Amino acid sequence: MNIAEVKQKKKRTIPGFGLTMGFTLLYLSIIVLIPLSMVFLNTFTMGFQDFWATITEPRVVASYKLSFLTALTAAFVNAVFGVLIAWVLTRYEFPGKRIIDGLVDLPFALPTAVAGITLTTLYSPNGWIGQFFSFKIAFTPIGIIIALIFIGLPFVVRMVQPVLENIEKGMEEASASLGANRMQTFIKIIFPELIPAILTGFALSFARALGEYGSVVFIAGNMPFKTEISPLIIMTKLEQYDYQGATAVATVMLIITFLILFTINILQWWTSKRYTGK
Amino acid sequence: MSIIIENVTKYYGSYQALQNINLEIKSGELVALLGPSGSGKTSLLRIIAGLEQAENGNILFNEENYTNKHVKDRNVGFVFQHYALFRNMTIFDNVAYGLKVRPRKIRPSKTAIEQKVTELLQLVKLEGYKDRYPSQLSGGQRQRVALARALAVEPNILLLDEPFGALDAKVRKELRRWLRRLHDEFNVTSVFVTHDQEEAMDVADRVVIMNEGKIEQIGTPEEVYDQPKNPFVYDFLGSVNLFKGKVHQGKLATGNVEIHVPDSEDGESTGYVRAHNFIIERESLETDSIASVIDHIHTIGPIVRIEVIRQDINEPLEIELTKEQYNNLELKKGEIVFVRPKELKVFVDYMAGI
Repeated sequence: MNIAEVKQKKKRTIPGFGLTMGFTLLYLSIIVLIPLSMVFLNTFTMGFQDFWATITEPRVVASYKLSFLTALTAAFVNAVFGVLIAWVLTRYEFPGKRIIDGLVDLPFALPTAVAGITLTTLYSPNGWIGQFFSFKIAFTPIGIIIALIFIGLPFVVRMVQPVLENIEKGMEEASASLGANRMQTFIKIIFPELIPAILTGFALSFARALGEYGSVVFIAGNMPFKTEISPLIIMTKLEQYDYQGATAVATVMLIITFLILFTINILQWWTSKRYTGK
Repeated sequence: MSIIIENVTKYYGSYQALQNINLEIKSGELVALLGPSGSGKTSLLRIIAGLEQAENGNILFNEENYTNKHVKDRNVGFVFQHYALFRNMTIFDNVAYGLKVRPRKIRPSKTAIEQKVTELLQLVKLEGYKDRYPSQLSGGQRQRVALARALAVEPNILLLDEPFGALDAKVRKELRRWLRRLHDEFNVTSVFVTHDQEEAMDVADRVVIMNEGKIEQIGTPEEVYDQPKNPFVYDFLGSVNLFKGKVHQGKLATGNVEIHVPDSEDGESTGYVRAHNFIIERESLETDSIASVIDHIHTIGPIVRIEVIRQDINEPLEIELTKEQYNNLELKKGEIVFVRPKELKVFVDYMAGI
């Protein structure tokens, strides 16, 4: 009997692999792959020179830089404070805990335009919060970052919370009984357990921030080269019936985003593989 | 290091988990806390470790009051039922952890740590596994790592919470031997919690039997087995048969037999007889011979367990014979025999007065 035969005879213990896998592929194709490939197809209808000219236009390049930098910064801030919020929500008992827990999800529920307008009002130079700062917040990249932090807040919290809740209490107790202080226990025992969840939360928050349009257009001020994000460039091109130009910009964003998310996934796979021992 | 537990009381909400516990453990002793679940044995162990705080009472190590010391300053080794190994670290790092987290001034050098960890891994026969992760080890191996990790910090006291509870019978027995050997080698005062009476009897120097937050009896395994202080201890340590009746002038009347009980008080009482303390005969020789019908015969290795039904009050009795005794008697199912308790302990019914 050769190897190929042995492999064929290996039966899966869980039935329905063919059916569920088939459905998964079909579903993903309709929902994700086909729309995305349309972006590429539409881009290919323009010549390479046009394509290159569109995506290297200084105004577009500036928007890429702004979009990726603000999204990364916002995702990073969300990762740090998301862990903190998740920690407070899982480790302590205090009155109003359920309300705070519910507040975390609000940025998801609110229409993004409402969020954008509200944030702009608050952070504009004479707004409630803006007036206390000597520098401008709204209509600058700082304002964009604040809007992106707002809409991405729930991701890290909701990813980290269940992991924190399920960390085996014995590990922390073992660490303490071996003479470690709270800080050492957190850094050496708890934090490594959280890394995969933080990375996932970070990636989701980043991806969401990158595509965000509704809330940012209000607070950004949309000045070319300064506060114009890539999704806005795409919108503008669409409004001018420049469909090819719009998809060209989108294609570049897709590729860069895919590369970043892929890197995060590899990191995550690498960190979580160590615990499961596979 | 000796441990003194003084008047320790612990509540969970309104539930009293421990009621005024007093216990002294001598330096170098291996003591088992034995009791059914909910008896408070684990709470007591965790209070000794400092993982939990008692509402009242004191914990003294070597006569020094440790009641308010944090667990990290108590220098106790704690072994958990589910191992609690650090799963993001290799076996080596797990064992080295307690040494690596020490403040720089008292931290051993890297080579010293390495030497110590290697020594401990050799001791638990896992030197070849130092670069593996806990998930790659079997349950018994993991618990040995946990034991090595606890011993690495040279603890004053070793505390084990149902250490073999999650392992299968054979590994359990093997690890029991291990624990005994490690204890004798390191001579560290050890306390372990178990609900398995055989385990407690097998390993411990002294057994503390707990029930409903109280200590029922403290003694060597022989003492608690041969001279149980109360019905609970009698019942908890091995199978036992009850003879409910009334004691009058040194005789316990139960059903239509009278059993001689010389030094017992008069009144409603219960006689306790262990399964192996019976004589089975073909004829009624004494006033305490109980006519019974053999209902079941099970052979379990070298012992034969016989269930008989008393003919006077129709209640079952459980009797254990050695295979030799059984073969000599040639007993058969359905036969009528006479059963005589060899050794019977009488406790006055504490419920009778109510």
